[in-house]
Amino acid sequence: MSTLAEFFAMGGYAVYVWSSYALAAVVLIWNAVQPLRRERRLLQTLAGRTRRRQPS
Amino acid sequence: MFEGLHKFASPPHFHAISRWLSPTLYGVSLLLFALGLVGGLVLAPADYQQGDSFRIIYIHVPSAWLSMFVYMVMAGAGACGLIWKMKMGDIVARAAAPLGASFTFLALVTGSLWGKPMWGAWWVWDARLTSELILLFLYLGYIALQAAIEDRRVAARTGAVLAIVGVVNIPIIHYSVEWWSTLHQGPTVTKFDQPSIATSMLIPLLTMTLAFKAFFIAALLVRTRCEILEFEQHTSWVRELVRAEAAR
Repeated sequence: MSTLAEFFAMGGYAVYVWSSYALAAVVLIWNAVQPLRRERRLLQTLAGRTRRRQPS
Repeated sequence: MFEGLHKFASPPHFHAISRWLSPTLYGVSLLLFALGLVGGLVLAPADYQQGDSFRIIYIHVPSAWLSMFVYMVMAGAGACGLIWKMKMGDIVARAAAPLGASFTFLALVTGSLWGKPMWGAWWVWDARLTSELILLFLYLGYIALQAAIEDRRVAARTGAVLAIVGVVNIPIIHYSVEWWSTLHQGPTVTKFDQPSIATSMLIPLLTMTLAFKAFFIAALLVRTRCEILEFEQHTSWVRELVRAEAAR
């Protein structure tokens, strides 16, 4: 267990190391999710517009 | 070859290819991230001078490299749009900017988080840090310009000029640690004779670099698809696509 605690302690630099990795995770996840959501919304908007133009 | 390039550079083909290419690249980058994290956080030994704080480089260095690489992609694509009137050039440049800004931001903040314990300061106004900050402002300026100009073609042209002028900053960032005396350490990996970094530390760094790069291309492809849809929303192929998409 002590090795795991040691791992998380990062030789006393835990705050700096883990906040770097956490920020990287946030930036990467946001950059992955946001465009995919935008694409889905965009397709929905465009689909709504075509439906209104020519109701089938 | 040029025929193939031309085909790839047409929005419908680019859109079709990117639909399978982006998930593939996301998969590749996820795998590389997993390998790089294990190598960098667990397997690599602590640095003899910097202890475990050096592990920040596995985020800092790949994002700093990308911040410059993305800028060259953005300026290059913008130039293609400006000079050869390639529509895909304008679209890719516009899609790349937010990603470049993100990686520049990440490089600056992780550099700061490493600088505090190592240098005793969050920030110093030295050449490397200042030129990287200017890079962030170039990205933000480009994004603000795109948002401010209604006409997309005018926005693309103006943005391309800004991006191309800003390229002068890239060699300044790269050589800043050699031209000026600075707190930032000199290059350790890109030395031609022999990188002054242990192999067990270098391999995770290269893995993380590839992971970041694959991630960038995947995210760029998705962003480009969005821009294509907005750009080409009145064309018949987009209407066709939307209809097919809604029928699924």
